[in-house]
Amino acid sequence: MSTSLAIAKRELFAYFSTPLAYVFIVIFLALAGATTFFFGGFFQRGQADLQAFFSFHPWLYLFLIPAVGMRLWAEERKSGTIELLMTLPVSTTQAVAGKFIAAWIFAGIALALTFPIWITVNYLGSPDNGVIIAGYVASFLMAGAFLAIGSFVSALTRNQVIAFVITAAVCFIFMMSGLEPVQSAFRGLDNAFIVDLVASLSFLTNFDAITRGVFDLRDFVYMASVIGVFLFANVVIVDLKKGS
Amino acid sequence: MSTMLDIQGLTKQFGQFTAVDDVSFSVAAGEVLGFLGPNGSGKSTTMKMVTGFLTPTAGTAIVCGSDVTRDPIAVKRHIGYLPEGAPLYEDMTPSGMLSFVADVRRLSGAQRRNGIDNAVDKLQLNEVFNQQIGTLSKGFKRRVGLAQAILHDPDVLILDEPTDGLDPNQKHHVRQLIADMSKDKVIVISTHVLEEVDAVCSRAIVIARGKMIADGTPADLERRSTYYNAVSVRLHRDHVDTLKEALGGISDIERIETGEHVGDTAHVVVVSKNGATIIETVNARMSDRSITIEQLYVERGRLEDVFRQLTGDEQGENA
Ligand SMILES: Nc1ncnc2c1ncn2[C@@H]1O[C@H](COP(=O)(O)OP(=O)(O)OP(=O)(O)O)[C@@H](O)[C@H]1O
Ligand SMILES: [Mg+2]
Repeated sequence: MSTSLAIAKRELFAYFSTPLAYVFIVIFLALAGATTFFFGGFFQRGQADLQAFFSFHPWLYLFLIPAVGMRLWAEERKSGTIELLMTLPVSTTQAVAGKFIAAWIFAGIALALTFPIWITVNYLGSPDNGVIIAGYVASFLMAGAFLAIGSFVSALTRNQVIAFVITAAVCFIFMMSGLEPVQSAFRGLDNAFIVDLVASLSFLTNFDAITRGVFDLRDFVYMASVIGVFLFANVVIVDLKKGS
Repeated sequence: MSTMLDIQGLTKQFGQFTAVDDVSFSVAAGEVLGFLGPNGSGKSTTMKMVTGFLTPTAGTAIVCGSDVTRDPIAVKRHIGYLPEGAPLYEDMTPSGMLSFVADVRRLSGAQRRNGIDNAVDKLQLNEVFNQQIGTLSKGFKRRVGLAQAILHDPDVLILDEPTDGLDPNQKHHVRQLIADMSKDKVIVISTHVLEEVDAVCSRAIVIARGKMIADGTPADLERRSTYYNAVSVRLHRDHVDTLKEALGGISDIERIETGEHVGDTAHVVVVSKNGATIIETVNARMSDRSITIEQLYVERGRLEDVFRQLTGDEQGENA
């Protein structure tokens, strides 16, 4: 564990040593605010909740999170530092975990910095803070799921731009699988099980349920499983590709 | 002397191509092994397998009792490694970099402090300790790479071209450092600078196309040179023919080579057959004919020639 933390520390330092970190945080906060107030109709809805705020998170994450994940392994391979890292007494699992933790903490920092909106809604009315906390947890988990996908894709290439594009595409597919066009396509198969399965794989479906205050442990477990599966695949890919 | 590094049938294939082909040798504490070979002969690939970065196609390396294919983490604890080209996190400072490596190697307290101080001191990194690595000169980067390799005072040091890009002072300094550290360690260096092998290595292994083709002390290898025990003579160019005539019929002489002359001075190299000692005979014949010479010395064989003989292009002359 302490090995993973040492790697996470270095990685987090790497984020904040480039302007990318600050650009990311500023853009995330600006867009989170703009979408909530302009598109989400935060005030017009006249309700003391943060649904307007959370409902845009999947879309923000869709193109912001791949930017956080793209460098994780692609950069190590491109610069050759992967050879330095992987010849230290570190297992691939520890390295993958350390890098992922750093990226997730970074996304968490950006998310945490949206706290003024929580204060605002409490000032304006009396929201159900339990639902809001669940929303933050779900949003954080979804960021983690996107990051796990991003980290995995980043290990497949040395090119960060390619990693960005592929990650965004894969995340998009995961998001959309619950929406009507995709669902109707699968309904053609006339197999209720598959239709339900595909729907349950959707980030949007899972995420919306939580932020609306519908608690189902399965939604959380699903997000956590996505993280687990992609990090496992990440370990396999790093082992396979580190030397090439 | 105990064996600390034991390489057994190490083989690496990339697709159909065999980069390292059944390489076996062992190295005992105190030895400094020079790993030589032409570009692309498999030196770096061998080192990458020993350090646990690449998985061997066949064979293994035992480092201080641990098998790199079974327990890579234990092996990595014993090894300090400078990868080829000294890759480093360019966004960090040497200070941050060394702290990171110390963290991952779980050094703490006095061990950590001493490790870092010692490495900084030995590689003379003080003046750049807090400068971003990306902005350092090539030589300083190499020194940071070396510093992180020796940080934990490893039993086995594997250095892939450690002096590449260093100025002559630093080259000398790093060789000194390697010699100083060698007492109770195994040090393996790869290099294309053959004088380095003479200067620091107690043993040299030559590899070509992935196969080991020579293993011995630098002196052993020099003895394999065509020019080992050759006699070099500098004399007035008018005397060259007389000299050749005088040396006729000596069975220990392989051939006589005449080099370019500088002004009136010609350079003649009398190559001995199978490294036999010919200086006395040559001397005697010359005084018989009273040939005046300007300079005379016995060649001890140059590693460079041996290297070319062993690995050189196919059309190269046979020894
Ligand atoms: N990942 C890889 N995929 C395919 N071939 C590789 C790979 N890595 C190395 N090779 C090949 O293996 C051979 C040995 O390479 P290696 O880097 O070990 O040579 P070297 O002896 O270190 O050479 P140099 O003196 O130039 O550093 C080369 O032909 C190289 O092209
Ligand atoms: Mg090499």
